[in-house]
Amino acid sequence: MSTGRSAEARAVIEAVAEDLLSRAHRGVIVDSPPGAGKSTLVVELSGRLAATGERVMIVAQTNEQVDDLVSRLATAHPTVILGRLTAGDYEVPERLAPLRGPNLAFSSKLPELAAAGIVLATAAKWALVKEGEFPWAILDEAYQMRSDGLLAVAPRFADGTALFVGDPGQLDPFATVDTDAWAGSPWDPSDSAVAVVRAHNPHLPVHRLPYSWRLPATAAPLVAKAFYPFTPFDAGSDLEDRSLTFSAPGGGSPLDDALDIAADEGWAWHGLPAAHTIRTDAEAVEACAALADRLVRRQATAVDTAAGYQRTVTPDRIAIGTAHRDQAAAVRAALARPDRANRGLTDVTVDTANRLQGREYDVTIVLHPLSGRRDATAFHLETGRLCVLLSRHRHACIVVGRAGIADLLDAHPHAEPVRLGVAVKFPDGWAAHQAVLAHLGAS
Amino acid sequence: MPIAAVRHVHVSDEPLVLIPLMQAGEAAAPLAVMAGTAREDPKLLIVAQPRNRDQRFDFLTALAELLVPYILARRSHTETVEATKNREEWDRCTDAPQLILPNPGGVEALRLLGRSARFRTVDGPYPVDARVPLLGRYLTWFADDRAPMPGSSVCLALTSVLGQHWATGQSALEDQHLPALLSWIDPPRGMTGAEAALRAEDPDLVPPAGPSTDPAFDTGVLAPLVRAQEEARAAEDLRAVTKAEEELRIALAAQLEPTWQTVWRGIDVLRSLPAAASDQLRWQVDRGRFTDFMTGIEEGAPPQAKRPSAVAAARRLADLESAQQSYDRSQAIDDPLVLARYRVGGEAFAGRITFVDAERQEIKGKRAWPRPLVVLHTEDEVILRPGVKLASPARVAQTVRLRAVRPSPSGSGSEVELELQSGMGRGKTPEEGSVPLVGEERCYATFLAEQRGTRPDLPEAEQTPWTHGGPPWPYVPRAEEQAETWE
Repeated sequence: MSTGRSAEARAVIEAVAEDLLSRAHRGVIVDSPPGAGKSTLVVELSGRLAATGERVMIVAQTNEQVDDLVSRLATAHPTVILGRLTAGDYEVPERLAPLRGPNLAFSSKLPELAAAGIVLATAAKWALVKEGEFPWAILDEAYQMRSDGLLAVAPRFADGTALFVGDPGQLDPFATVDTDAWAGSPWDPSDSAVAVVRAHNPHLPVHRLPYSWRLPATAAPLVAKAFYPFTPFDAGSDLEDRSLTFSAPGGGSPLDDALDIAADEGWAWHGLPAAHTIRTDAEAVEACAALADRLVRRQATAVDTAAGYQRTVTPDRIAIGTAHRDQAAAVRAALARPDRANRGLTDVTVDTANRLQGREYDVTIVLHPLSGRRDATAFHLETGRLCVLLSRHRHACIVVGRAGIADLLDAHPHAEPVRLGVAVKFPDGWAAHQAVLAHLGAS
Repeated sequence: MPIAAVRHVHVSDEPLVLIPLMQAGEAAAPLAVMAGTAREDPKLLIVAQPRNRDQRFDFLTALAELLVPYILARRSHTETVEATKNREEWDRCTDAPQLILPNPGGVEALRLLGRSARFRTVDGPYPVDARVPLLGRYLTWFADDRAPMPGSSVCLALTSVLGQHWATGQSALEDQHLPALLSWIDPPRGMTGAEAALRAEDPDLVPPAGPSTDPAFDTGVLAPLVRAQEEARAAEDLRAVTKAEEELRIALAAQLEPTWQTVWRGIDVLRSLPAAASDQLRWQVDRGRFTDFMTGIEEGAPPQAKRPSAVAAARRLADLESAQQSYDRSQAIDDPLVLARYRVGGEAFAGRITFVDAERQEIKGKRAWPRPLVVLHTEDEVILRPGVKLASPARVAQTVRLRAVRPSPSGSGSEVELELQSGMGRGKTPEEGSVPLVGEERCYATFLAEQRGTRPDLPEAEQTPWTHGGPPWPYVPRAEEQAETWE
């Protein structure tokens, strides 16, 4: 049963709240594995901080993330006045329009939101605010925020207390220019916000959410082992809580076999013959689209007794993840074929790892970043990329790739220079990829 | 194979070619430099015993004698720049110095030399010539401040510049060997690029272009000569010292001479390309930065910091990123071959305008805004989704929104429906010439429509927040820092 786990997770939230409210530290860091209730924590703690009567600022990275928080906060704390600070050309999304009222104001100027107890904006917008200080700050997705972005925002809570929340296993922020000159320095402006805060404030308390409520019991052990080897976590649900079944039987094709295995074991590897291909490998792209198609045609049903739902896996509950934008575009084109479009497959989410961060689906299909490649570059090896792709599903994940990835990993030399002062990253891409391939039984 | 139709770097009328060789196994121990502004007149400076620090800083003094007059000559002529919103009227140098090195390794070697020289002092336990710290600041400016700045041409690594304009049949790693790279681009008569490149890989025929030397040369030639010179010095045999040094010079000249010729040939190859349209504007920025740097030195600014503060590092990253963005933009605007790369990657498409509705309007509030509709037929694969904003190199200031993509009725290629959103003047109808015409060829790209982000105000260094370690400690030079093992 998961009540014990809920209590454990609750204890972590209470500990974070105590660390914050006691003001014993200038900042508190919360590391959250995928789907471990990070947003729930942010929503709850914002309410408790606002209840102190002091103003709270919330920083997230994208408009979508901020709007998500706005809608969850408005539901959870209907009495708190929310202020959504926006860019000049921002348009209020449809889902937020009904919430607009005395307790939710939108403005591009901070002084107009003086009545709000909680003010929310993207990091980019906060960086342009020149005045005003907040006793409380919550920085969401802090591992995706760049150090220089934090530097622009930090004066707003210079004398206050800040909560940094994020998932250390996801994609690191990046710069468009070479940043080797700063590698290893505690000021590296392209490093993540959490890394820089910890480098300068090594004694800040770090809490960790212990259970992933999203990942099924089949997935959490692999994701934890491959991507969080020193900070293990478990699935919040039990193996028998979730199931994925098909109304129509498979026809014995490799595609159906992959779906059946995924339904039984939570993971499946759909292998293609070894070949060096261009990025938009037509065969692999077609396999991704065809898997989604078969999944819809066989009418999959997803059940979660703990969460209390039983639903058909409709196209909008399926995602296909790729490493590159052109691959995503090719898969989208394959799903837009008239017969597939008629079955609603254009509603399947197809996107890159960067854009899938923070999202959740019932079934995901992943085009392996190293499939068909000749080389294993740092981009394709990045653990965060693979971690995002393999941790978006509630029920099953099918990985599509060409044979020979393990050989490629072994044959490709590690050519990145070792730099003084740069913390060695565990796991490195090589180890994480090998762990995943071994688990999937891929060659 | 050329991958650029125009030259995206400036080549000065009188560049200074500089080929450093460094001693193996030590971080900033120069061995020799061949430098000069005239192909037929290379100057060779050597360090007879690279581990000897007195000799090292004597060498740097000699290098300063060569470099400083070249730099100062470019300081003398200025032009007046009218006052703008951000800056009062000022005088900008009409020229700037330009160093051309064979490869990025050479630039890195200069950076290390600059770092080792700029904090030396003319008094204290190990005094150096007053020109050494000055040279250190110059070298730091070239190799550390400007060389990494996208679009700057004051300090060029030839292999990177050639690789930016030509593709070869070798890997990126092999392209870092200048003689091999140039063999592909401009093979000697009667040879293919591949043959010439293969020949250039033999260190006995073609010595490496520095800053590292051929290990066989190190042990077989260099080490015995340095030792002979040391022994002569120890025996205080002046004639033998001169003789040994002369032999060392000849040996090092033989290592450097071929590279010297190759670098000048590379410059010829670069000059054969027409300059890009933005070339003058970018060089003007370089001239401006050069003027600012020189004014700073004249007004007694301190040498460049050893480590940037958190605020300085963040500002620098913002500078670099915005320079990269504008360099990418101007290259794509100036050069159809550069644009072609974006077309292949799906970030741009080109084709012919097949339909224009210039009268179309959108009513917003009480006003009607011109929103002409344009249909373009393209053979490129369009993977962009509706709603994306685009701009064309033909009219960069005009933002266009992609409305729909559909297969072309003609059966080949696709039709793209676009809505013009800006760049049409203030009136109710678009200004003349601001709407494309049927039959016109146009290219549209996403990154050209990307707005330059407003740069956030970073706190002053003294106000660095606790997240970044608080305000930096002021630097107080201490005597111990000068202490080191000299010999």
